[in-house]
Amino acid sequence: MEHLFFFYFALIIAAASVLVVALHNPIYSALALLIMFFHVAGLYVTLHAEFLAAVQIIVYAGAILVLYLFVVMLLNLKHDDRYHRQWPIAACVGTALVVEAIILTLLKGRTTSPLPSNQGTAVEGLGNTESLGDVLYSTYLFPFEVASLLLLVAMIGAIVLAKKDIGGEATQQP
Amino acid sequence: MIPLSYYLTLSAVVFLTGLVGVLIRRNIIIILLSVELMLNATNINFVAFSQYFHNINGQVFVFFALTVAAAEVAVGLAIVIALYRAKSTINVDEFQLLKW
Amino acid sequence: MTYELIPLLPLASFLILGLFGHWIKDKAHLVAVPAVILSFLFSVFAFLDVAGGHHSTFRLYTWLTSGILDIHIGITIDRLTAVMLLLVTIVSSLVHIYTIGYMQGEPGYARFFSYIALFTFSMLMLVLADNFLQLFVFWEAVGLCSYLLIGHWYERPSACAAATKAFVVNRVGDFGFILGLLLVLTTFDSLNYSDVFAKAPDVTGRVMNILEPLGGHLDVSVLTVMCLLLFAGAVGKSAQVPLHVWLPDAMEGPTPISALIHAATMVTAGVFLVARLAPLYNLSPTAMTVVAIVGGLTMMLGATIALTQTDIKRIVAYSTVSQLGYMMMACGLGAYAAGIYHLLTHGAFKALLFLGCGSVIIALHHEQDMRKMGGLKDKLPITYWTFVIGSLALAGFPLTAGFFSKDDLLVSAWSSGPLGQVLASLGIGTAMLTAFYSFRLVFVTFWGPSHVDHHHVAEVHEPSYTMTIPLMVLAVLSIITGYLGIPEFLEPMFATDSEGSGHHASGSVVVMLFASAAGLLGIAGAYYVYVLNPSLPDRWVREWRTAYQLSLNKWYVDEAYDRSFVRPTFVAATELWKHVDVAVIDGAVNGVARAIAWGAWLLRLIQSGQMQHYVLGMALGGLAILTVFLMF
Repeated sequence: MEHLFFFYFALIIAAASVLVVALHNPIYSALALLIMFFHVAGLYVTLHAEFLAAVQIIVYAGAILVLYLFVVMLLNLKHDDRYHRQWPIAACVGTALVVEAIILTLLKGRTTSPLPSNQGTAVEGLGNTESLGDVLYSTYLFPFEVASLLLLVAMIGAIVLAKKDIGGEATQQP
Repeated sequence: MIPLSYYLTLSAVVFLTGLVGVLIRRNIIIILLSVELMLNATNINFVAFSQYFHNINGQVFVFFALTVAAAEVAVGLAIVIALYRAKSTINVDEFQLLKW
Repeated sequence: MTYELIPLLPLASFLILGLFGHWIKDKAHLVAVPAVILSFLFSVFAFLDVAGGHHSTFRLYTWLTSGILDIHIGITIDRLTAVMLLLVTIVSSLVHIYTIGYMQGEPGYARFFSYIALFTFSMLMLVLADNFLQLFVFWEAVGLCSYLLIGHWYERPSACAAATKAFVVNRVGDFGFILGLLLVLTTFDSLNYSDVFAKAPDVTGRVMNILEPLGGHLDVSVLTVMCLLLFAGAVGKSAQVPLHVWLPDAMEGPTPISALIHAATMVTAGVFLVARLAPLYNLSPTAMTVVAIVGGLTMMLGATIALTQTDIKRIVAYSTVSQLGYMMMACGLGAYAAGIYHLLTHGAFKALLFLGCGSVIIALHHEQDMRKMGGLKDKLPITYWTFVIGSLALAGFPLTAGFFSKDDLLVSAWSSGPLGQVLASLGIGTAMLTAFYSFRLVFVTFWGPSHVDHHHVAEVHEPSYTMTIPLMVLAVLSIITGYLGIPEFLEPMFATDSEGSGHHASGSVVVMLFASAAGLLGIAGAYYVYVLNPSLPDRWVREWRTAYQLSLNKWYVDEAYDRSFVRPTFVAATELWKHVDVAVIDGAVNGVARAIAWGAWLLRLIQSGQMQHYVLGMALGGLAILTVFLMF
């Protein structure tokens, strides 16, 4: 049963990512990305990472993608770009890397028994959210706070960069 | 149990798709979308490992990667807007000021 | 006594004049002359000390000692050194005084004095040396001074060429000298005379395989090789055949230095070397034979060429070559004392002859061609009479110093064996030639009708007393040096166990008679040819054309060297320049620069400014790493 879910999600994820890259219209690409995000969230659920699935949908699908769509529509682009001239080389490199990655995983990707983990092991009884929160507010408190600072900086940066020059009105921001 | 290698393969495929997208497309916005693909691929990787080794640290990393991705998108798109204002195009080929 | 002052006073003169000559200018002689005269006085003290039986040896400065190397500056004053000191300082003093008049008013006045002071210092240190290395260093130093002084009038290209020729030819000989020096060091583990002479008898039997590098086998005595190599240096320095070619060209330099360097002192350094190393040479009969034969050849070559030359300085120069041959021959036959005796008397009268030439040259406004002279004996009386005395000494006229020394030399040569007899006979023949050409010079220059340029005839007058006094002093020396008992003074230095002095062998009186007769015949012959029958020379030139040409053109030795060494070197150098230096080396260096520029141009293309090219680069790099990781 799990295999079914996995393969479904994996297939759609792969197909959607290919579509993101291949479609000419940026809005279509963004929408394909949206589909991909949802299915990744689904994958996270199968991996017992429910909190992350929720966060994925909220942040990625709900915020980042919306931002992309805003910008695309703001810039009002014509979809007239062709692929870059180096696409044959890129295709070769990509194929080669894929093949090598698969070989790599097949050769060395077999897990035996899971290694005993040293720190922050989630006790089996707790759910994902609790265990994540437990670790986040104890061991990783400092990075957590710094992350908030990071977001602040990004916000200010985005405002400054996107402002019109003199006497311009600020763009909307997420 | 689904073997770990499946997840790794999937993650590799998505990552490389994103990489090829960066290499191929000329539209800056699509390039940024491809970068998001790459980030997502690594997130899948981390979560898979986190599940298989019963170590929550993987998910913590994903949490932070997500945060960073959000910040990066914000700033990146702001830059795109500024570029568009300067050159009225977002075709990457036009931005060649660092050429010799 | 502070014998180190003997060389150090001229050194101080050199340093002062060298550093401050620009400001001292015409007063330079006030520094140089007293210094060298004081040096002479100290040399007299040294001589008296040695005559009293005291042999001084002391070390001035040790530079470094390392294993068997003991490099130091030391002084040893024995009989040989003492007489050489006197010779060098006397002639140097007289030349210094003469220079005051000769170089008066010249722009390089102070520079000239500084160089002859440096030369005097170097020659004195050479003579005082107590080890081979010091000898060699100052050997080179006198060569350097010779170069500097020959090229004193450096704006003249011929002078520069002559100076370079002198130095290069000397260097050829010095190459052999250095090899000999190394052989001494490796054989005796020491460069000090005392050590070498003490150990020499033990090494007589040792042989070395000189064909070893070529894979062959030929054993020769180590001592012979050593002596021959060291002799090579003497050949260069003392203008023996085949390295005599520099001496006549050295006449480009001012006449005072021809007198000082190329008559009395530097060229005698080679003879001094052989005499100093007599203990070594006595142990190698082969080397001595070579020395004697080379000396004999030189003796004859110099005399035959001097017969036809017309430049008065060249005649005296070739005469010097010939007399040096005599001295070397004597040393080669074991008669070291006789050789040195002749060296000393020759120093006096040859310097006199050169200075006399200088006096004539100055009087005739730098005219050197004999054919444009004549009838000068009344106009330049002092010069004339001193010149005649010098020529008489050179010809070996009885009662002059030259007579005693040449006779002693020939007698010693005769009594040293069959080779000596052959060489002594040749020496007697050459003595006749010597007398002939020296009086040819006298008669053509001072007697007969005057061929002097009309403009100058009236102004010809005796030069100043600074030039005539040295002439007179040297003339006196040319006579009295024969009566000072020099050979007896030197005999104890060279006495060996086996041979006694062959002075009183039976043939000696006959030899003396023949030698004197040869000299007188020569003088008479010159008188007959040049005074009584002035047309005779031209007839002889026509009749004996080939011989005349050979003699006039110096036996074509210079031309032979030019063909075999100089031109090929120039051709090789030109080829190397055009094909190696320009094409290969410059090509390589410029090529490296061009290659880098080309590489940079290639690399520049990577900077396209397009971000996606850069990302492609990263992807390729990742691919490469992954591939390597998978393969290994």
